[in-house]
Amino acid sequence: MQIRRAARTAAMVGVSFMVLALAACGGKQPPVARPTPPPPPAPAPAPAAKPPAPPEPVVEQPPVVPPEPIQEDTLSSSSLDALNRNSPFKDAFFDFDSAELSADARAALQQDADLLKKYPTWKITIEGHCDERGTAEYNLALGERRAGAAQAYLVSLGIAADRIRTVSYGKEFPFDPGHDEAAWAKNRRAHFVLTSK
Amino acid sequence: MTKKAFLFTLALALGFTVVGAARRQQPPPPASPPPQQPSEIGATISSGAVGAPPKYAVPDFIPLSTDPQTVAAAKTLGQVLWDDLNYEREFYMIPRDTYQTIPAAHGFTDVPFDAWRELGTDALVVGTVERTDGGNLQVQVQLFNVKSHQSVFARSYTGPATNPRAYAHTISDEIFRQQRGLNGVARTHIAFASDRDEERMPGTVLDRTVKEIYISDYDGANQRRVTVNRSLNIVPAWSPDGQSIAYTSYRRGIPEIFLSFIYKGTLEEITHGPSQNFLPAWSPDGQHIAFMSDRDGHDNLYVMDANGGNVRQLTHGSSISASPTWSPSGTEIAFTSDRSGTPQIYVIGADGLGLRRLTNESYCDRPTWSPPPYNEIAYASRTGPGFDIKILDLETGQIRQVTFGEGSNQSPSFAPNGRHLAFSSTRTGHTEIFTVGRDGKGLRQITTKGSNYQPSWSH
Repeated sequence: MQIRRAARTAAMVGVSFMVLALAACGGKQPPVARPTPPPPPAPAPAPAAKPPAPPEPVVEQPPVVPPEPIQEDTLSSSSLDALNRNSPFKDAFFDFDSAELSADARAALQQDADLLKKYPTWKITIEGHCDERGTAEYNLALGERRAGAAQAYLVSLGIAADRIRTVSYGKEFPFDPGHDEAAWAKNRRAHFVLTSK
Repeated sequence: MTKKAFLFTLALALGFTVVGAARRQQPPPPASPPPQQPSEIGATISSGAVGAPPKYAVPDFIPLSTDPQTVAAAKTLGQVLWDDLNYEREFYMIPRDTYQTIPAAHGFTDVPFDAWRELGTDALVVGTVERTDGGNLQVQVQLFNVKSHQSVFARSYTGPATNPRAYAHTISDEIFRQQRGLNGVARTHIAFASDRDEERMPGTVLDRTVKEIYISDYDGANQRRVTVNRSLNIVPAWSPDGQSIAYTSYRRGIPEIFLSFIYKGTLEEITHGPSQNFLPAWSPDGQHIAFMSDRDGHDNLYVMDANGGNVRQLTHGSSISASPTWSPSGTEIAFTSDRSGTPQIYVIGADGLGLRRLTNESYCDRPTWSPPPYNEIAYASRTGPGFDIKILDLETGQIRQVTFGEGSNQSPSFAPNGRHLAFSSTRTGHTEIFTVGRDGKGLRQITTKGSNYQPSWSH
């Protein structure tokens, strides 16, 4: 609002100057019919009258942050809590009422398996979680099946079964408390917790 | 002492405190009843009109001591007894605010029968409350046939003054028994899981609210906490003798089944890992517990002795078997399975034979077998975005609904007389416990604080 008013004032000032200038010219030079070079094109009033264009927002390129290299030292020296707070593991996500591993879930688990191979002393718990739409009781079974599916896949990738515990939380601990598909999608997962190093 | 052991001891200690309170609130043992009145034999009070229920009036009890506690108890007894007698919908209960014009009696000898008759009363409860020298309450009560002025029921109780409601509940159950041959539920309790204390779960970097087991009188009064382990404690199941509650607890990090003897204050761990064990269900004789476990790599059902011994596998295979419930005879177990692709209700013999499917709907869970005389299974069925409570009559195969899309309604549990169900519902915005008649009428909200789940009605 304020910007628009300032622009209008600037335009009015510009026009007034031009009128004054023309009047002054007309007063000193009587009209004589002689060939004159064509008057230079009147300076376009528009630019002067235009409000100062707001500075075009500079589209910043997203800063290219190189992926944090997983430094052995950092992970080895961090506490369990610090590691779990900023987990190096990737959770596996599931479709509604399903414990099937999607391609994305398998990719995440592959990375988790690589990590577990790199740190052969680490032990984990895989938590199975469900969205809120099923019943509390049946979701305990579904969460168990999800955690179990993730565990079985890790074992198939060569991780010893005794390094992995599973626990089903059913729908008891949603990651996103929302009640829409975006929240539900986040809540259907096998979540990794590092339990010992 | 490790931290874990300390917390466990603390839990036991606190549990015992809670339990001490609970025990004090047990209904007073009825003092030896006075010899049966001659008029009590065959003394059913009926309505004047054919087919209409008798009309009952329950005014405030008469305080025979003037101390505030006794005066308050007299009022409480009248109100609670009226509510209790109203609950079974066997009588027409005359509203208490219409009694004002009737002169108050001072005892059992000056009852203004004509005024009660004018109000249309068929049956009148008159009671007195007195404080004894020992600080106890003495409660006396009679039920009068207003037409004949006859006392058809007379009882006297003496006990602690801490919970006057317990006297009303006892009187109600006895009146139902005498007048209707009916087992009332006024002295029963409901166990449930709740997050009401908003405690955070320790040992995780995530913000997680614990759930603990609570118990309440059947009408929502006297709500108190049973577990104190700051973990996930869910799906309680009251033992048939009413002395203990089995439930699933994550206090060891993974779900295991615990047994809390709430009046003794002792705790037993009846499964011991390393597998996950959930959803205990008592056999009607209290000798066995069916439960779900992943010990063979899949979610199957098992049966163990109530002390955790003698485990045997009931269902096999890689599909889910969950939510067991026993038939009243103890010979069959209904449960939820996804072997058809979606969760449906099945029945299997307690010997593991004779599997058969009961439902063919979108998504069903938490079957609950009714006690006799009804032969029914209640369950939660997906009817839209949420669930509703349905009841399957096993004689006729007919299914009827008792909730109709108000919120999501789950986890039904039958009252011991089979006439009511407790369940959880999101209809108020939170998840709360409600009770409702098996005909879908007489809805009553039991909890209001926090979110409350998975009720189990005591026997």
